[in-house]
Amino acid sequence: MATTDIHIQHDVHHHDDHAHDEHHHGNFWTTYIFSQDHKIIAKQFLITGIFWALIGGCLSVIFRLQLGFPDMNLEWLKPILGGWITPEGKLDPEFYLALVTMHGTIMVFFVLTAGLSGTFSNFLIPLQVGARDMASGFLNMLSYWFFFLSSVIMLISFFLETGPAAGGWTVYPPLSALPQAIKGSGTGMTMWLVAMALFIVSSLLGGINYITTVINLRTKGMSFTRLPLTIWAFFFTAIIGVLSFPVLFAAALLLIFDRSFGTSFYLSDIYIGGEALPHVGGSPILFQHLFWFLGHPEVYIVLLPALGISSEIIATNSRKPIFGYKAMIGSMLFIAILSFIVWAHHMFVTGMNPFLGSIFMLLTLIIAVPSAVKIFNYVTTLWKGNLRFTPAMLFSIGLVSFFLTGGITGIFLGNSAIDIQLHDTYFVVAHFHLVMGSASFFGMLAGVYHWFPKMFGRMMNDKLGYVHFWLTFVGVYLVFFPMHYIGIAGFPRRYYSWTNFETFSGFADLNTLVSVAAIITLAAQFIFLFNFFHSIFRGRLAPANPWNSTTLEWTTPRNPGHGNWPGEIPSVYRWPYDYSKPGAKDDFIPQTIPYSETPESNLPHENELIKLEGEDNKGIIIGGEHDSHH
Amino acid sequence: MSLIIGLGVILIFVILYQILKVGRLVGVAKGKDYNKIGTSNRVNAALFIVFMVASLGSFFWYSFVFFSDYTLPVASIHGKETDGLFWITMAVTVVAFSIISIIMFIFIYKYQYDENRKAKYFADNHYLELAWTIIPAIVLSVLIFTGLRAWNKITAEASKDAEVIEMIGQQFAWTARYPGKDKALGKTNFQLIDNNGNEFGLDLSDKGSFDDFKSLELHLPVGREVLLRIRAKDVLHSVYLPHFRVKMDAVPGMPTQFKFTPTLTTQEMRDKLGNPNFNYELACAEICGKGHFSMKMPVVVDDEETYAKWKASQEAWLKQNPDYMKYVPDNLKEAAKVIAGIVEEKETTPAQTTQATVAEAGTK
Repeated sequence: MATTDIHIQHDVHHHDDHAHDEHHHGNFWTTYIFSQDHKIIAKQFLITGIFWALIGGCLSVIFRLQLGFPDMNLEWLKPILGGWITPEGKLDPEFYLALVTMHGTIMVFFVLTAGLSGTFSNFLIPLQVGARDMASGFLNMLSYWFFFLSSVIMLISFFLETGPAAGGWTVYPPLSALPQAIKGSGTGMTMWLVAMALFIVSSLLGGINYITTVINLRTKGMSFTRLPLTIWAFFFTAIIGVLSFPVLFAAALLLIFDRSFGTSFYLSDIYIGGEALPHVGGSPILFQHLFWFLGHPEVYIVLLPALGISSEIIATNSRKPIFGYKAMIGSMLFIAILSFIVWAHHMFVTGMNPFLGSIFMLLTLIIAVPSAVKIFNYVTTLWKGNLRFTPAMLFSIGLVSFFLTGGITGIFLGNSAIDIQLHDTYFVVAHFHLVMGSASFFGMLAGVYHWFPKMFGRMMNDKLGYVHFWLTFVGVYLVFFPMHYIGIAGFPRRYYSWTNFETFSGFADLNTLVSVAAIITLAAQFIFLFNFFHSIFRGRLAPANPWNSTTLEWTTPRNPGHGNWPGEIPSVYRWPYDYSKPGAKDDFIPQTIPYSETPESNLPHENELIKLEGEDNKGIIIGGEHDSHH
Repeated sequence: MSLIIGLGVILIFVILYQILKVGRLVGVAKGKDYNKIGTSNRVNAALFIVFMVASLGSFFWYSFVFFSDYTLPVASIHGKETDGLFWITMAVTVVAFSIISIIMFIFIYKYQYDENRKAKYFADNHYLELAWTIIPAIVLSVLIFTGLRAWNKITAEASKDAEVIEMIGQQFAWTARYPGKDKALGKTNFQLIDNNGNEFGLDLSDKGSFDDFKSLELHLPVGREVLLRIRAKDVLHSVYLPHFRVKMDAVPGMPTQFKFTPTLTTQEMRDKLGNPNFNYELACAEICGKGHFSMKMPVVVDDEETYAKWKASQEAWLKQNPDYMKYVPDNLKEAAKVIAGIVEEKETTPAQTTQATVAEAGTK
C-alpha cells in the first residue's frame, strides 16, 4: 500500500508544474468545444445525455399512446412521424418495433452509460482523487467526440425511409441480419451497428482513462481506502466496461460480416421471402451469448455509478458515515465479478443446454446477496442520522426504493423454473425498468442536483427539485408497478396490440393508467430542464461547499479552472466519511484536515497517525488502512 | 392541436420563470438564510410516510381484490409446480420487501433534520453485516434448490411414448405437423421448402413423411405427455402457451423441444371458469417482425377419445398435395399412396399386407 502511494506523488508533482492559469487563454473552440478539461467534457456528456434522454422519453410516450389508448387517432403526430402514421391514423406496427428498439438502445447506452458514467466519472474522478485532470486529456476529448459521432449516426437513422433498427435493443439475428425480415434491418441496422461500434470506442477510451487516473493520479494521502465510494464505483464500472465492451464489438463485427459479406456466423437453415438462403452452420444462439456477455455486465455499468453517487449523497445528507464502507466496496467488487458469469440467465428458454441453465441460475441468485447487503447498509446509514432532504437526497432515497422493488423481482426471474412463464413478459419489463432503468436514472438526477453547484457555480432551485422528485417518483412507480400484474397475467412484451388474443384481452384500464403516468412523468422532466438551464445562468451563486461535505471537490474555488486547484493540490489525511464525529466542532471534517488539528475528535488509533502526518513532507504516506472500521 | 400544446408549454415556462424571479426577489428582501433547514424538510419527510401508506396500501388492496384478474388458470402438471414456486417466492419477497420498505420510510421520517440533535457516528458493525449476508444467503439457497429440482424435472428427457408434435414458426404464423399413424416425423430439409405447398421442407424420400399431416390448430390429448419439437423457418420465434406455462424459442438451424402434460381439456377449463367461450391460445414471445403481435394459433385440448377421432379425420399432407408424389422414389410410390391414404386399402387386403408393404419399402 505504502509503496504505491509513494509513486503517486511523482505524478502529482509533475502535474503541479503546469501553471493552471495558462489554460484560461484558450479560444472558444478549445475551451468549450474541443476542450481537454475533464469538467467541460463532463458537461458535454451531460448535455448530450439529457438530449438523448428527452428523445428516448418521447419515443416511449409515443408507443405508450398506442398501448394505453389503442383506439386513439394519431393523425396529429403526422407532422413529426409522417408515413409512420398509417392512413387510418394508427401507428405503423413496424415503426412501433423501431420505437421500442431505439428507446432501449438510447436509454441503455446513450443516456445511462455515456450520460451517467461519461458525466460523473469525468467530472468527479479528478476532483475527488485530487488530480489536475484525467491521465490523458486528449483521449478524454476523443472519447466524447467518438460518442458525438456515434450519436449523430444514430440520430440520422431515424430519418431513413426504411426507419431505424427495429429488431429489439438486443438486435438478435436472424431478424437483425435480414432486411427481408423487417424494414429496420436494412440501412437502419447498418447505421445502428456503425454507431454502436463508435460508441464502444468512445466507451473504451473513457474507461481506460478513468482506470489510469484512479490508479495513478491520486493526491498525497489519498490511499485506496480513503477513496469516496463514488470513485470506487466508477473504478469498477470502468473495469467492467473495458472487459465487456470488446465482446459486444466482436458480436457486432460478426453481425456486420453476416449482413454484408455473406458469412454464416449466426445464420443457418433459413427460408425467407420465397427462397432458401445459402447460409448453413451458423448459430443465432452464439450471438446471444456474445451479446449478453456484454449485456449483463452492462446492467452494472449502468447501475454501479448510480449506487456510488447515492452512497456519497446519502452519507452527506444523513450527516453520518456511510455504514459499512468496506462492505460497500466488497459488495461492489463481488457484484462486478459475478456480473461476468451470469449472462445466460437471459437465455433460459432459448434452447440452450438445460444444465447450463442450472449453473447460471445458481450464480445469478448469488448476486442477490451483495445487493441485499447494499440495501441494508443504506438503510442503516439512515438510522439515527440527521437527514436533510435536498433534491439530491430525495432522488437517492428514490434510487434505494427502486433498487429494492426492482431487485426483489430478480429473484423470480433468476429462477429458471419460474422464468419459463415470466420470460419476455411485462414482468421482465417492470423488473429491469425499476432496478436498472429508473434506479440509475435517479442516480443520475441525484448527481446533477448534488454537483450542480460545482459544475456551474450556482445553485438549482430546491422547491422545483422537490416537485420534480415527487412527480417523478410517484410517476415511475405508477408506470412500472402495474406492469408486474400485467406480466403475471402473461402479457408478452413488444406487442403492438392485444386485440388478437383472448388471453391478453384484459387490463385495458391498467395500460391506460401506465400511459397516463408515463406522460405525466415525462412532463415532470420539463420542470427539471427548466430548473437546470435557468439555474446555469440565473441560479443563486453557490458557496464553495454548499452541502458541508468532506470530499476534495468542495475544496476547489466556486468555479474551478483548468487544473482544478489554484495552488498546490491539497493532501488528504482521513477517509471521506467523518460526519458527526463525536467531539468534533462541526458535523463534518473535510478529508484535508490532518488528525493533528482535531485532537478532540480523534479515535485512539488516529492519534497514533498524527506523528506520521508530520512526515508527510518527507514523502511518506500512510495508507488509511485502519481509519475506516472500528 | 400541436400549436395549442406548444403555446401551453411556453406559457408554463414563462409562469415558472416569473415564480422563480418573484421567489428570489422576496428571498433577497427578507434576507433569507439559505442554509437554514426548515419547513420543506418536514414536508418531504411527511410525504414519504404518506407515500409509504398509500403505495403499500394500494399494492395489497389491488393484489387481493383483483387476484383472479391477473392470475392465469394453469393447465399443466409442471405448471402447477412452477406456480407453487412462484407464490412461495412471492411470499418470501413480499415479506422482505414490506419490512425493509417500512423500516426505511420510518427511519426517513423519524431521523429528519433536527438542529438540536447530532447524528450517531456509526460506521461499522461486523455482526450486523454478517447477519444480513448470511440470512439472505440461506433463504436464497432454499429457493435455488427447489427451483433446480423443478427445472431438472421439466427439462429431463421426455418419455418414449410421449405424443410428439412438431411446431414450426415463420413470419407470422404457426404450423403444427403431426407424425400420423407411424408416430415418426418424416425428415425435413430447409432447402426443400417451396412456395407451392411444401412449407415443411418435407423430404419425400423418407417414408416417415408419407402420413405426416399439417394442422393450423394445435390439438393436444389431455393427461398425456406431449413433446413439442420446435423449429423456425426464418427468424427467431418463441412457442408460448401461457396456460400451460410453456415457453421455448424456435431457432432457425437449431431444433429445440419442450415436454409437458396438459391436465384440463378445453371443455373442462370452460366449465371451471364458467366461461363457455374460453379457448387456449399459443402466442409468439420472441420479437419476430411486423406481425409479432398477431402470431396466434388456437389450441384445443381434447379427451383421449376425441383426440384420436380428430387425428383419424386428418388427411395426410401428401394426400392434400398429390403433385409431390413425383418426389417419392419409385420403389416407395405404392407404399406412399397407401400410407398417405390416397388409395383406399382394398377390402380384400388385410391390414397385414399394408404393413408388409411398408416393411418391404422400409428395407429398400
